Amino acid sequence: MESLTLSDVEQKYYSDLFVYCDVDNTKKVASNGKVLDLFRAAQLSNDVVLQITELCGATRLGHFGRSQFYIALKLIALAQSGLPLRVESLNSVKDLPLPRFVVGKNEQESRHTAMYPDTENQGPYSSVIPRPPGRVPAKKLSTHEVIQPCVSAVEPQPDTTSPVVSPHQSPPTSPHAWRKHKRQASGGAVDRPPAVAGAAWPPFREAQPAGDGMWASHSPPPVQESWVSFTDTPPSSTLPAVHPSSAQESTTVRTVASAATTNEIQRQASGYEDPWKITDEQRQYYINQFKTIQPDLTGFIPGSAAKEFFTKSKLPILELSHIWELSDFDKDGALTLDEFCAAFHLVVARKNGYDLPEKLPESLMPKLIDLDDSAGVPESAPEVGFSSSPVEVTPNKSPSMPSLNQNWPELNQSNEQWETFSERSSSSQTLTQFDSNIAPADPDTAIVHPVPIRMTPSKIHMQEMELKRTASDHTHPTSPLMAKPPELSEEKKLAAIKFPGSTVGDGYSSSDSFTSDQEPISSAVTRQRSHSGTSPEGLKAVAPPPPPPRPHASHSRSSSLDMNRNFTAVAAGTQQQAGVVAFPPAVPPRPLPTQTSVPHGHRPVDGDGLPAHSSTSPQQMPEQPNFADFSQFQVFAVEQPVDDGDTQQDGGQVEKGVDAAGAVRATKNDTQAEERTPATVNSAKGSTPLAPPPKPVRRRLKSEDELRPDVEDHPQKSSVVPGVLATQASIPRSIGKDKKAIQASIRRNKETNTVLARLNSELQQQLKDLLEERISLEVQLEQLRPFSHL
Amino acid sequence: MSVITADLRNYPLYIRSVPTQNELKFHYTVHTSLDVVEEKVSAVGKALPDQRELYLGLLYPTEDYKVYGYVTNSKVKFVIVVDSSNTSLRDNEIRSMFRKLHSSFTDVMCNPFYNPGDTIQSKSFDSIVSAMMVQSS
Repeated sequence: MESLTLSDVEQKYYSDLFVYCDVDNTKKVASNGKVLDLFRAAQLSNDVVLQITELCGATRLGHFGRSQFYIALKLIALAQSGLPLRVESLNSVKDLPLPRFVVGKNEQESRHTAMYPDTENQGPYSSVIPRPPGRVPAKKLSTHEVIQPCVSAVEPQPDTTSPVVSPHQSPPTSPHAWRKHKRQASGGAVDRPPAVAGAAWPPFREAQPAGDGMWASHSPPPVQESWVSFTDTPPSSTLPAVHPSSAQESTTVRTVASAATTNEIQRQASGYEDPWKITDEQRQYYINQFKTIQPDLTGFIPGSAAKEFFTKSKLPILELSHIWELSDFDKDGALTLDEFCAAFHLVVARKNGYDLPEKLPESLMPKLIDLDDSAGVPESAPEVGFSSSPVEVTPNKSPSMPSLNQNWPELNQSNEQWETFSERSSSSQTLTQFDSNIAPADPDTAIVHPVPIRMTPSKIHMQEMELKRTASDHTHPTSPLMAKPPELSEEKKLAAIKFPGSTVGDGYSSSDSFTSDQEPISSAVTRQRSHSGTSPEGLKAVAPPPPPPRPHASHSRSSSLDMNRNFTAVAAGTQQQAGVVAFPPAVPPRPLPTQTSVPHGHRPVDGDGLPAHSSTSPQQMPEQPNFADFSQFQVFAVEQPVDDGDTQQDGGQVEKGVDAAGAVRATKNDTQAEERTPATVNSAKGSTPLAPPPKPVRRRLKSEDELRPDVEDHPQKSSVVPGVLATQASIPRSIGKDKKAIQASIRRNKETNTVLARLNSELQQQLKDLLEERISLEVQLEQLRPFSHL
Repeated sequence: MSVITADLRNYPLYIRSVPTQNELKFHYTVHTSLDVVEEKVSAVGKALPDQRELYLGLLYPTEDYKVYGYVTNSKVKFVIVVDSSNTSLRDNEIRSMFRKLHSSFTDVMCNPFYNPGDTIQSKSFDSIVSAMMVQSS
């Protein structure tokens, strides 16, 4: 076909018509039935219609694509203007009036015409539409069809203004009033867009007869009728989609169609508004009915009561069942007020002959009453492009699984992973499984090390890693992305509950419980998030800010008196350190012994300057005013050192004995620097996701940093023991008290060493797991990619 | 493949087959498999009703297909028959299918207009089942 150039007006008009005919909402093909009806509505002879169909190529293709449709419309316009039908004339004829369609084509059109007095087309149109006196009630079923020539339109719409008037005329409120309005409305009312309520009136007429029979026991029939009008055009609610566009146009060229019949139009799609929108009167009525069953408006109507109620409408059970499925949004077997209104609305619609939609229209979606879960379930009805009524808009019912499925049909169907995830995420099974996952993780996380309080990102990550490990088989890697917030909260709660219990045993009850609270949360959070690389960030974003350093965190290891002092000193001062608890230098007064190099072996994690630490520790001793105990020791040690020249910076392997003291001093500066670096390194590590284990170490290091001015303490670098002994031996004056202190410190160091070693191994493990996960995620990504191309 | 839902008394509530040629065969297979299901259910007895069970043994010499069963707490049985010709579905997929079936079934049950024992005529249930079948085949 030759290319078709349309003016803007034409373009809009045609697109509206196309949407109108696009019953299946395919956006590509206008259903043949509708199109033919439309063409017939153009009041052209069948021959002409056939000819047009052929010309536009529809017969060739067998269906009306968008271009075919447009061409056909143009040809219709041609035909209506009396011009011969020729393909060439499609583009050549200028100023072709828009095709006119008599039968209630599109409410939009009518609406438009009504609403926006079309300058050019007004005249002819106004007279065009011979409103069929009244739709025969019996024709309800066929009301959808635009075509019904006799249909609609109650009265010809003489003037575009009349429709405008009609809405105003219709006084809302009482059903009887509605009835009256119907009559009036019929006069003009095509246009409804503005008056939702009013618009409905005209259709009432039609529905009236039919409606009378129904609901005998219920509210007055007119109510139904009016409602019927609203519910009109559910299936092909092109309105919503069209509405916006049509609304925008000021010159709606929508031509005549308006004539179509107010009723039809209204029926068709309550014009610009959502066809399924519930008017205020209707809603009020529904609410009243609701009250008769359930006085509490916030309560539920049990299924059985609802069943009885709706059975009175004498609809077939199958349809009632379908209505129920549509309206019981949360699938709980009971109807809330919103659900009830939606159901009632659907019943009314059905009674008036309108087909039930496949999915619940957006405007009928119940508002979230109490949101446990996240909100924002996308509207299910694709046809409802937008809902003009603010009231009904909220499509946020709590996302139960059914709604999930309802609302994520594509997701559910397109990708099984997503689907399974959604099921899992929303099913209680997942939750329970999560619980079980959390539990096993506890021991791991609890074990790690005594590092209690601070919840650094690294630690969070570590927790997350552990949980991921345990839960990786349980959830899809991609699934976390779909996690719902409510799940998170639930999991958090669950996790929080579980963790404290497990970690209490550590002995760091207060701090541990605190951290454990965070850990599970973070772990739950992280678990929810995609494991690939985003977790750390996510963690950071999600994990609650680490608590301020606990001043007197019970630290079983802190044996030194000074530690407490340090704690207090530090606690006061250092609050800014993220999660750094004023951890006094691990083994505070480590007098001389640190010099020995033995510790090296124990310092796997921090590497770098760690060894130096041990060697430096003794040095720091002397600088630590707090460690009064050891100061003298240090003095001794210092006295001893051979000289300062010994630079044991890196090696840190201070030879036992003689060099110890010297090394201590000599390396003191170095060690301090090194301490700082390791500390920073550790802290850097800590900040990276992969450094949870060093946390304790880090903390100590950091605290050391902090305490540096006060106490230069050697980080927990264990080691020293042998060195201590050696130095001890070397020290001429080994005071019993000092020995004990040294031994205690040695012990502590040993412990910390083992802890660090364990940390290291765990970190390595986590790293491996992370890498594995990463690989698996990448594989999945690869798998998913092809799908995206499909 | 086909999906059958049978109620407490093995009365079929819902039968759906995708490739419609061998429907009768599917029905027959399902009936026989129901016996096996019963047997398993009674065997488990006090051990809690297993959530699902897999049938991999019903393989006819001529054609091969797998029959999976699933029993709910209320003794409602779901049976899925799949051809082995199409890429064999993983166990997890079958489980997820049963889960979906189960949830859809509960939704249908929640409908007060549905009387237990009636055949399931819910469109949503239909759509879910067809989606499932399309997806797996």
